[in-house]
Amino acid sequence: MADSRTSVSSPAPILEARKLFKTLGGNRVLDAVSFVLPRGQVKVLIGPSGAGKSTLLQCLNFLIPPDSGQILLDGHEISGGNKKELCALRQQVGMIFQDFNLFDHLSALDNVRVALVKVKGMGKLEATERAVAELKRVGLADKCTLYPANLSGGQKQRVAIARALAMDPKVMLLDEPTSALDPELIGEVLAVIRDLAQGGMTMILATHQISFSASLADEFIFMERGSIVEQGSPAELLGRGSGSRTQAFCAKISELTGEAPDAGGTGECRV
Amino acid sequence: MSTPYLEFLHAELAPALMDGLWTSVLVIVPSAALGAAIGILAGVLRVYGHPALRRVVNGYVSLFRGTPLVVQVFFWYFALPYIRFGDFSIVLDPIGAAVLSFGLCSGAYQSEYIRGGLLSIKRGQIRAALALGMTTRQAVLSIVLPQAFRRALPGCGNEIIYLIKYSSLASIITVNELTGTATTIAKNTWRNIEVFCTVGVYYLVLVSVAAWLLRRAEDALSVPGFERPSN
Repeated sequence: MADSRTSVSSPAPILEARKLFKTLGGNRVLDAVSFVLPRGQVKVLIGPSGAGKSTLLQCLNFLIPPDSGQILLDGHEISGGNKKELCALRQQVGMIFQDFNLFDHLSALDNVRVALVKVKGMGKLEATERAVAELKRVGLADKCTLYPANLSGGQKQRVAIARALAMDPKVMLLDEPTSALDPELIGEVLAVIRDLAQGGMTMILATHQISFSASLADEFIFMERGSIVEQGSPAELLGRGSGSRTQAFCAKISELTGEAPDAGGTGECRV
Repeated sequence: MSTPYLEFLHAELAPALMDGLWTSVLVIVPSAALGAAIGILAGVLRVYGHPALRRVVNGYVSLFRGTPLVVQVFFWYFALPYIRFGDFSIVLDPIGAAVLSFGLCSGAYQSEYIRGGLLSIKRGQIRAALALGMTTRQAVLSIVLPQAFRRALPGCGNEIIYLIKYSSLASIITVNELTGTATTIAKNTWRNIEVFCTVGVYYLVLVSVAAWLLRRAEDALSVPGFERPSN
C-alpha cells in the first residue's frame, strides 16, 4: 500500500531504522525492517503474535542487538559495541514493557528515582522532587510509598511510564503496554498514553487496542513474519473496503472478541 | 570422689569455657564475614562474570565443596608453610588458618545460595534497568543483587549456623576454642559426660543467638513481595 504521508515535508526524524535483520534460534525474526520516525509522530505497530513487533522494539534500544542494519537517533548512527553510547541512547529512548518490570524491591517512588540518581547523577533531593512530579503526572501521587506487590496492574504500568518519563526521553517505545492487564484496568493506562501523545511525545506503540490507537496514530505499521507488510494512516488502512491486510487482521480480532466490525459506522474496526 | 556438678561447673568448667567461647567467637565472626563476602562475589561472578572467570570460580567451588574440611584445615595450617616462592612462604597462626579455611569453604557454599537467588530474579528486571541507561554492573548491583540477596538470606543463614558448628574443627590445629578447651578439661578430669554435655549447651545457645540475629536481619530487609514466610 502506498504511503501518502511521506510526500508531506515532515520534521526531522528522531529515530530511524535502516534494514534491520535479526535471526533468533534459526528463525528470521526481523527481515529488512526500515522506517523513519519524525519528531512528535505516533506510529502504531500491529500484527499477529510472532510477527516481530516486540523484537523490533527491543532492537531499537539494543536490548536485543540487531544482526545487521543501522539505527540512527537524531541523525547519529548508534554503534551497538560502544557501551557509553548505548547507555546514552537508552536514556533518550524510554521503554515500556508488557509485564511492567517494575523493580520489585523498591517503592513506587524509588522505582522512578533510582535511575535519576544512578544514571543521571542527580542529587537525592532533586531526584525525589522529580519522581514525585512524574508520579503525580500519571495520577499516583498518593501511592509513592507502596511497593509493586501492593499495586494493581494498571498502577504498576503507570509507575513504569513515570519511571521512563523521568529520564526525559526523546522517544518512547511501548511494547503492548496493556496486554497483561485485566480489562477494567486498561482504561487508566490508555488515558496516560493518550495524554502523552497529545502532549507531543514521539512514540512507537505495539498494541492490539486497534480503535484506541487509530485515534492517536499518525501511521499504522502492519508487520507479519518479520517484515513490514503495510504502512499508512489508520483511515487509509482501516477504511471500509480498503482490502488491506491490516483491515482483515483487525476484523479478525473484532470477530474473536465478539464485537461487530465497523461499529459506530466510522469505517474503523472496533476492538 | 569428685565434686558435685554445679560446683565443678562454677569453679572450673564455666570459666574455662568462657575463654573458649570468646576464642570461638573470634573464629566464627570473621569466618562468617569472609564467607559471606566471598559467597556474594563468587555468586555474582558465576552468573554474570566473563565466561573464563566463571570457569575459574566454578573450579573454586568444586574444589572447596568437594574436599573434606579437615583436609582443607590441615592444608592451610601444615602444608602452606612448605610452599615457597623463593625465600618467601606463608605461615599462618592457628586462628588465622582456621578463619581462612572456614571462610573459603563457607564462601563456596554461600555462592551457591546467592547464585540460586540471582537466577530466581526474572530477566525483565535487568532489561528494565538497562533500558533506563544503567550499565550491566549498575543493574546487577542495585537491582538484581538486592532482590537475590533477600531470596538467598534463609539459605545463607543456614550456612552460618553450619559454620558455628564446624568451627569446632579449629581444635584439631590447636585453637583452644570451645571444643578444644572442653577436650582438655575432659582429659584432665575424666568427667566426659558433664563436660561434653555442657559444651553442647554452649553451642546450642550460640546457634540460637545466631538464628535470632538472622531472623532480625530478614525482618529488617523485608519489603512487600519479599517477606519472611511466617512459620
